[in-house]
This record gives sequence, C-alpha cells and structure tokens, in this order.
Amino acid sequence: MPTKVEKDSITGTETTGHEWDGIKELNTPLPRWWLYILYATIAYSLVYYVLYPTIPGFDGLLDTNNRVALDDKLAVAYERQAVYRDGVAAHTTDEIAGDPELLSFALAGGRSLFADNCAPCHGLGGAGQHGYPALGDDVWLWGGTFDDIETSILYGIRSEHDETRFSEMPAFGADEILPAEEIAAAADFVLSLSGRAEDEAAAAAGAEIYADNCAACHGEAGEGDPSQGAPRINDQIWLYGGERDEIIAQIRKPQHGEMSPWVGRLDPDSIKMLTVYVHSLGGGQP
Amino acid sequence: MFSHKKVERNVILMAILILVTVSIGGLVEIVPLYTVESTIEKVRGVRPYTPLELVGRNIYIREGCYTCHSQMVRPFRDEVERYGPYSLAAESIYDHPFQWGSKRTGPDLARVGGKYSNEWQVVHLADPRAVVPETVMPPYEFLLDRLVKTDDIAEHLKANRAVGVPYSDVMIEAARQDLLAQADPDGDHEALLERYPKAVVGDFDGDPKSLTEMDAMVAYLQILGRMVDFADYTTDDFRQ
Repeated sequence: MPTKVEKDSITGTETTGHEWDGIKELNTPLPRWWLYILYATIAYSLVYYVLYPTIPGFDGLLDTNNRVALDDKLAVAYERQAVYRDGVAAHTTDEIAGDPELLSFALAGGRSLFADNCAPCHGLGGAGQHGYPALGDDVWLWGGTFDDIETSILYGIRSEHDETRFSEMPAFGADEILPAEEIAAAADFVLSLSGRAEDEAAAAAGAEIYADNCAACHGEAGEGDPSQGAPRINDQIWLYGGERDEIIAQIRKPQHGEMSPWVGRLDPDSIKMLTVYVHSLGGGQP
Repeated sequence: MFSHKKVERNVILMAILILVTVSIGGLVEIVPLYTVESTIEKVRGVRPYTPLELVGRNIYIREGCYTCHSQMVRPFRDEVERYGPYSLAAESIYDHPFQWGSKRTGPDLARVGGKYSNEWQVVHLADPRAVVPETVMPPYEFLLDRLVKTDDIAEHLKANRAVGVPYSDVMIEAARQDLLAQADPDGDHEALLERYPKAVVGDFDGDPKSLTEMDAMVAYLQILGRMVDFADYTTDDFRQ
C-alpha cells in the first residue's frame, strides 16, 4: 500500500512510499560518484556519436575510416624503413646480399617472413622434414643460386601457376615399366652410389637398369640435375627416406612434393628478402 | 505526466509502455540493417561453395574449428602483414553462419587457401605435430576414414538456397555429380569449374578411390580467401 513519502527516523533516509505489512522501503540514493560517471559516459557517447561513423551513411565529423587509416599506417611504417626498403626494391637479390646494410635488413625481414609462411613445411630455420626439403644444406633440388631460389619461391613447385617448376618421375612399378626384380636391382645400385650397397652383386646387376632408365635425369653417378629438378641420389640426404625399401617404394610409385606459388600472396620485395634469407641458411650458391 | 501509481495499477497501460520502450531499443538495432545491401562491398569473384566445399564447411563447424581459428583478417597493420588483405563483408556473404570467430588459439584461416599444398594439409590435419612440432592442435586422423555421405547433398544446397545462397536449379540437380567430380582426378572438372570458378580439383587425401571427409575438409580450406582477386581493387573501392 502506498503511504506518504517520509523520513525514516533511524537512518534519516526518505522512504519510497511503499509499505507492506508495516514494513517500509528506504529510497537510498545512488552514490554521487557513481551518478556522475554515468552522466559522463552519456555525454561521451553523444560526442562519440557525432565524431565517428555511427549511423550508416554518416561518416562522422572526424571522417575516420579503419581501412583508410590502415593505408596511412602502412605508408608510415614503410617511410620509417624507406632507406632499406627502397634499396631492396631497387636491387637484385645478389646485389642485396653484397651490401652489408641491405643484407642485415633483408635477413631480419626474411627470417620473420620465413617463420610465418615457410616454417610449417620446411621447419624452423629451414631444418626440413620428411617430404619437405631442408634448406640449410648445400643440396638443392632446383638449384641454389639467388635466381634459382627466387624462381622457386615466386612460382612454386608443381603448383597451379603457369611458370611453375615441374618435373615428374615415371612410376616404374605402378605403371609396369619395369618388373619388380629390376626395380629392386636398381635400388641396390642406387645404394651403392652413396657407398651403402648391401649386396655388391645385386648392385652390379642394377647398374645397367640404372643407366638405361635413371641416368638421363639423375646423372650417371647419381649427381642429380637441378635444371630439371632431378634429386641428387649419391649422398645421405633423402627427401622420402634412403633405406632400401623406401627407395624401392619411390621408384615403384614416386611421391612428388608440391609448393605453392608465392607471387601475388607476398609482395616482390618480401620474396627478395626471403630469397636472401634462404640463400644464407647454409648452402647458397653464388 | 504518468505517475508511478497509475502505471503500476493499470496492467494494459504498463504493457503498452513496455512495448514502446522495447521497440525503441529494437528499432535502433534493426533499422540500420535495412541499409546492409549498400554496406557489402561490390567485388567480383565471390560464389557459392561447391558441394564438396560445403561438406567440408559443415565438418569445419561440426569439429568446432571456429573455437580456435578465426576467419577474419582485421584492418590492422600486423594482421594484413601476416595474413594478407583484410576480410570483406562480401567474402562471407554465402556463409550461413559466418565463421569470423572471436578467438585465435591457432592462426586466422581467412586467407589460408592455396598457402600450403593439399598434401601438407592432410598430414597436418591427421597429425599436426608431424609437421609443426610446437603446435597444440588436436589430430583429426579419423577424417581419413570417414566417408562423405553423398545422397543428401542436394538437400544441403536447397537449405542454403532457402536462406539466400543463389544455388541454381542446375547446381542443385548436379550437386551429387559435382560432389563426386571435385575429388576425382578423372572427374568432369570442366562442368564443375564452369559452375564454380577457381574450385581446387583433384584427389586431396592421397586416396582417389574413396571420397573421405578429409577430401572435403581440404577442398574447403583451399578455397578460403581466394575468390576475390585483390590486385583489382584499392581501398577506395571498399569505402562506403
């Protein structure tokens, strides 16, 4: 039941004017500091409403736009490094590597680009893993000069890009080009190329099969041919494993790795920095 | 003026006043949506998902990928330098629901399409630590064993059409055929690519004989962020 608003005798606070069974409700005011903050936020929201794009079609008095602001920020960031970034843009990768200042800039940029984009396959620092070539050694599937590396990054390996690097080893077993025993003999010979023959006689038997079927790409001594992406096979570095059964599997039905083209995804300068970084990892060729 | 007493004792008056109050809040939120058509950037290339990509998307949602991966590159310098061009509203126009996400335990996936090979995606999904030793992502090896259900795919397309995705009658009729063709190295890719340009075709999971959920998942991941060619646009084109 509503009663009269009156002062409560004990607390000195006004009541609301409601009463239930003789119990009256106090109308304790909100703390002043709290009220003032509320009013301040209301005032702030009005200011914000006018300054910023709050309603579709109204850009706000400040005319801010995240997308335009981003362009400005990127321009400022570029400007701060302009002396280096212009240098990277104006020079070829081998020229960058020859200039100590540009080199250290490109290596720093290349390292972070590599960690973001390349490490998921090639491993941190280019350590490589099964199916993904190590980049820290001096064995290159497609060549290790600055131009070779840049071309590989730009257009990828067996990618959808028109200028992609492409090679495909025949499936000697799956397509029934060679019988199983000749494949095994070829594998024995391949093992002997890196001095690991398990059976000298079998390896000798495989020599002719190798010469007829494999040497055209992989070279007579297994030295490989980067110009057509034929791996070197007379060393201890194996993309898909170097055990006898792994080599046989690869001759039977070869696995072929793929790498995406990075042109279009990364800008040309970033690709140059990546090239210089990868070249520096260990085995870059002049 | 209304007195407290009058409002509290007249239930109809109170109901009317509640309605008025709630409508004001509602209108403020709803009216701006009438202008949504004009706030979606006009870009070329965005198309409905292929049947296989749609299945992959459903798996993406089923497995809760969005709880760790966002699909929205925000217009900030650190994000565009890492992931590529910022996401546009137009790019998720056929997403029901969109997968912008609100949390990144893993990286943003809005531009992951074409970044890595199909083979890497399969290895990484099946056993993430096999290729990225430091990752905390759980393995999804079972996707390799689960076959895609192909008989109800047309219904999925119809459901999407009901909420506004422009699947044509031809697309719905050919849905099952397109679903099978995309992951089949010998499939009819020409017809598929005519309906769905830029779709990635071919065997995804290393097993061309069966259509697995892994095929669908990778097909979906490989199209993410690739429909719009950003070389054709500048910031001015995206200003409303």
